[in-house]
Amino acid sequence: MNQPKIDLSPKVSDEIRKTTCYMCACRCGINVHMKKDPLGDLKVAYIEGNRDHPVNQGVLCAKGSAGIMQVNAPSRLRAPLKRVGPRGSGEFEEISWDEALQIAADWLEPIRKEDPSKLAFFTGRDQSQSFTSFWAQNFGTPNYAAHGGFCSVNMAAAGIYTMGGAFWEFGQPDWDYTKLFMLFGVAEDHDSNPIKMGIGKIKARGARVIGVNPIRTGYNAVADDWVGITPGTDGLFILAMVHCLMKAGKIDLDYLAQYTDAPVLVNCDEKSPEFGLLMRDEDGKELVIDRVSGKLTAFDKPGVKPDLSATHRIAGVTHRPVFHKMAERYLSDEYAPEAVADRCGIPATRIRAIAAEIARVAFEEEFELDIEWTDFRGETHKTMKGRPVSFHSMRGISAHANGFQTCRALHTLQILLGTVEVPGGFRFKPPYPKPAKAHPRPHTGMNPGQPLNGPHLGFVQGPEDLAYREDGVPARIDKAFTWENPMSSHGLMHMVISNAYAGDPYKIDTLFMYMANMSWNSSMNTRGVIEMLTDKNEETGEYVIPRIIYSDAYSSEMVAYSDLIFPDATYLERHDCISLLDRPICEADAAADAIRWPVIEPDRDVRGFQTVLCQLGAKMGLPGFTNDDGTAKYEDYADYIVNHERRPGIGPLAGWRMGENGTQSGRGGVNASQLDNYIENGGFFVEHIPEGANYYKPWNTKYQDWAVGMGIYDSPQPYLFSLYVEPMRKFQLAAEGHGEHQPPDHLRERIKATMDPLPIWYSNDADNKGDEYPITALTQRPMAMYHSWGSQNAWLRQLHGHNPLYIPTKLMKEHGLKDEDWVKVTSPHGEITVPILEMAALNENTIWTWNAIGKRKGAWALEEDAPEATKGFLLNHLIHELLPPKGDGLRWANSDPITGQAAWFDLKVRIEKAAVPNESQPSLPPIKSPVGTGPKNLAWKVGK
Amino acid sequence: MTTLPTQTQKKLGLVIDLDTCVGCHACVISCKGWNTENYGAPLSDQNAYGADNSGTFLNRVHSFEVQPLAASEKVQPAAQTIHLPKSCLHCEDAPCVTVCPTGASYKRVEDGIVLVNESDCIGCGLCAWACPYGARELDQEEGVMKKCTLCVDRIYNENLPEVDRVPSCVRTCPSGARHFGDLGDENSDVSKLVAERGGMDLMPEQGTKPVNQYLPPRPKDALPEFDVLAPFLAPIAEEPTGFLGWLDKTLEKL
Repeated sequence: MNQPKIDLSPKVSDEIRKTTCYMCACRCGINVHMKKDPLGDLKVAYIEGNRDHPVNQGVLCAKGSAGIMQVNAPSRLRAPLKRVGPRGSGEFEEISWDEALQIAADWLEPIRKEDPSKLAFFTGRDQSQSFTSFWAQNFGTPNYAAHGGFCSVNMAAAGIYTMGGAFWEFGQPDWDYTKLFMLFGVAEDHDSNPIKMGIGKIKARGARVIGVNPIRTGYNAVADDWVGITPGTDGLFILAMVHCLMKAGKIDLDYLAQYTDAPVLVNCDEKSPEFGLLMRDEDGKELVIDRVSGKLTAFDKPGVKPDLSATHRIAGVTHRPVFHKMAERYLSDEYAPEAVADRCGIPATRIRAIAAEIARVAFEEEFELDIEWTDFRGETHKTMKGRPVSFHSMRGISAHANGFQTCRALHTLQILLGTVEVPGGFRFKPPYPKPAKAHPRPHTGMNPGQPLNGPHLGFVQGPEDLAYREDGVPARIDKAFTWENPMSSHGLMHMVISNAYAGDPYKIDTLFMYMANMSWNSSMNTRGVIEMLTDKNEETGEYVIPRIIYSDAYSSEMVAYSDLIFPDATYLERHDCISLLDRPICEADAAADAIRWPVIEPDRDVRGFQTVLCQLGAKMGLPGFTNDDGTAKYEDYADYIVNHERRPGIGPLAGWRMGENGTQSGRGGVNASQLDNYIENGGFFVEHIPEGANYYKPWNTKYQDWAVGMGIYDSPQPYLFSLYVEPMRKFQLAAEGHGEHQPPDHLRERIKATMDPLPIWYSNDADNKGDEYPITALTQRPMAMYHSWGSQNAWLRQLHGHNPLYIPTKLMKEHGLKDEDWVKVTSPHGEITVPILEMAALNENTIWTWNAIGKRKGAWALEEDAPEATKGFLLNHLIHELLPPKGDGLRWANSDPITGQAAWFDLKVRIEKAAVPNESQPSLPPIKSPVGTGPKNLAWKVGK
Repeated sequence: MTTLPTQTQKKLGLVIDLDTCVGCHACVISCKGWNTENYGAPLSDQNAYGADNSGTFLNRVHSFEVQPLAASEKVQPAAQTIHLPKSCLHCEDAPCVTVCPTGASYKRVEDGIVLVNESDCIGCGLCAWACPYGARELDQEEGVMKKCTLCVDRIYNENLPEVDRVPSCVRTCPSGARHFGDLGDENSDVSKLVAERGGMDLMPEQGTKPVNQYLPPRPKDALPEFDVLAPFLAPIAEEPTGFLGWLDKTLEKL
């Protein structure tokens, strides 16, 4: 044997720089290994997870490790661009930053002086919304939102209105104690590493995982039990389980009485103008009957034991507890498993078996942690009771027109079981719990030349909070917070372009967007949107949407449809803060935030978008961005991150703030060295929640006091979970004719039907012509890719280079199909012709594909014959922002009527075998790439 | 022809848990990243931004669908999805080594890792033909055979903290589905895991005696039928009015 001698201890790198990943919304900590190249320059050589980081604890997904191919991607924009050809041609000239900022200021300053609403500023995959909204407020336009309206608002709003917190990065299952974990919905993106880590951890312990998803991939592939539900029927399935559990008394009455509005009294007099509203005292506190005294009392008085059953009659009006109304509704046979089984595609015995297993684990495996705590009524509990059943949901259940009520139904199930914020259940992450009432209400008060009168987005509490101008015109271009979708807390980014094009509710001058691929995968009706972006006013020859400014780091499809491009830096070349004011990286046991910092300097003439906003804000003299002497307040985003204070002592970052005796957490003054402190600590900050404060947080005095100390609240905010969402009842009451704020007549019936304050389920099939188009078509995002931003990545595109349409075995047989055939897919709106593959582990009436793999020729520096452009495709061509005509003379939005969330997953289609075309259809003509195409081959090695 | 050592001092290898692998490809890309920058030539990519793109990977994840057969207790069993990560299994009887005409492929005596000495590799590809697992890939740029090194330049690397001296795929795996250790030591954690979970050889009929082991998925869709679980849902009352009666009685006991 002659073994060669090899070096077992080679030098790993010359330096490790720790920052935060931006390959998806997970925000993991990363160690970026830097090595000197042959010229002696430090280059990114290898990226791994940061073991100390609270989010990923060292692990890293495929996207994260492939970040190195993102910072050398040939699709990176190189300099500011000014459009020189027609929109959509991709013809640009590179200009200087001075010129780019001057053009933008010349467009925007007159708007601000005359009518700030002529600017619509919408940010896509923005992780700096507290900053971008601050900029928009200072500009004074009411037209600002991020992309939540087409992504997550049902999930977020249902959670916050119901229980003051939501799934995704706002909460997590108690991975340490849960024994039964039930995961709903397609898509496997948000919080992806923590969920993978959690699933691995609980499975190693022998816990059961139940997946409810029409598609058995990813997490559902490892689920012990798979429920291949019919899309859009999750709410019905959940309410059937609620029926079974209530009927068996397998609900936590003690929890319901103490921590929820189940005992709160409701006006039950149909003739009363307050019919259906909650009884309150003079301070607005909800009233209950105390079981000890039998008297009517505010829910939060010391010693009160709220009664779930007692009624109260006063002045001829009977008041009954919310819980009575729930029993009346959910014990009805309408929700019996046998009544829902066919619609859900789940046998009744299976529904009962799952409900029974939930009941068994929640109540037979109840346990206690030996931790004393004191609740908001002043009662001290010797232990913390645990119920080891937890739930989580992906976007699947929310991207339907019944999504808000479905998410509400899931939270109702959790609350009935007493398994929110208890050991073994679902836990909030700071800054949650935070009830809807503690959030701002929407603001649209506009004064030319002045800032807006408050934050744009918020949580309406009733018709009086809707956003209309004095003349009755919707105040916002996206018609958020109108009778069409009253509780649209995230805005409706998907309606901005079509509304602006139609001049309904009004015309705008400049559309300003960031990281939002609206001319491709981020819009419904892609082709229609392209036409809206390129159509000209026949009289003036101007584009109907006159000006478009866009910022992106890469040559995305949207670049070609914009007039002025601000090239963004990649995530390793820029500052960012993942702030407690925004969507932080907290854990259930800790508050945490983080930064990004330039671990490499850009080799192009690009700037971080937030820095550009600081500079543009100063150039236009926006108050929040300008000193009294007219000079720029913030040189760049880093300067803002350190020096901006939202309220005295509260800034974008909570770590290492300046106190009297050195640095401190949460509240404190500006610390000039704050970013260095973060960098020294690995790019993040963690403050652990003290023991005794980390469960029962909405009602736990110790947590509430800790949160006040950290600056999360300004005073303790204990509250009851809202099984009954009273603001919804207020909208219904208006639709019934009560009150001064009245909806238009054509919306009355829909508001009465959908704004039910207790969760309901309704079918969206008829609206989508389900009788003629019987198959549901869905998309998921591959775990190894992030939206369109993965396709340019030389490594990741080898994993998912094209996206077949997956077809279940039954439909394959019915249509005489075999693998690699092509089908024509037709919806009420359009048709596509695409390649297919059979998939057996799939709901038998559902087809699906990976989202955003398909690319426009010429985009992302890919060659025009790349499979993304020839075989890849989008389902977006089949989806319209409006529902098909119903024959009532009106066109209704393809959105949830409560929140306006885009109902992507209500898409109904039919399929037929097609002759094999040259390419997926529709095939749009190429756009000219402003950056050319990438190198042919890669052998990327930095060191020797 | 190249000879194998008669025995090795250790049998280092991977234990891969098919019960928790979600098919996320984290291991694939972490491996690509580490091994591009480290041992031997970088793992190159051809037509990196065009059609027919391909590249060298030492570790790939394959996804399979499994359709269980109908049985009397389960007439229509649901199909399953299984993700199978696959890299060199560092076989005890490695046919890729014995077939090597130059001695470039070899199995280390100390730990059993199968490696390619790139300076002696002529890129003939015989080893890739001989490997029944398809675990070797010829790098198109460099013309040498590439394969999993079990991160031999990590696991003993004194420049890394001790906790990080594991293959990069193991360090990065989010669901904890990958384990590394000495499968020749029956007291090692990995050997115990294999014993507890019924770890299996991949394609044992090939007679290669693979060191890497796979932990099989637990039985799926095995929730008991409702009749077994029915006692947990025994109704407290048939009528809604009965429910309120139960409620009053139960509240009294609270």
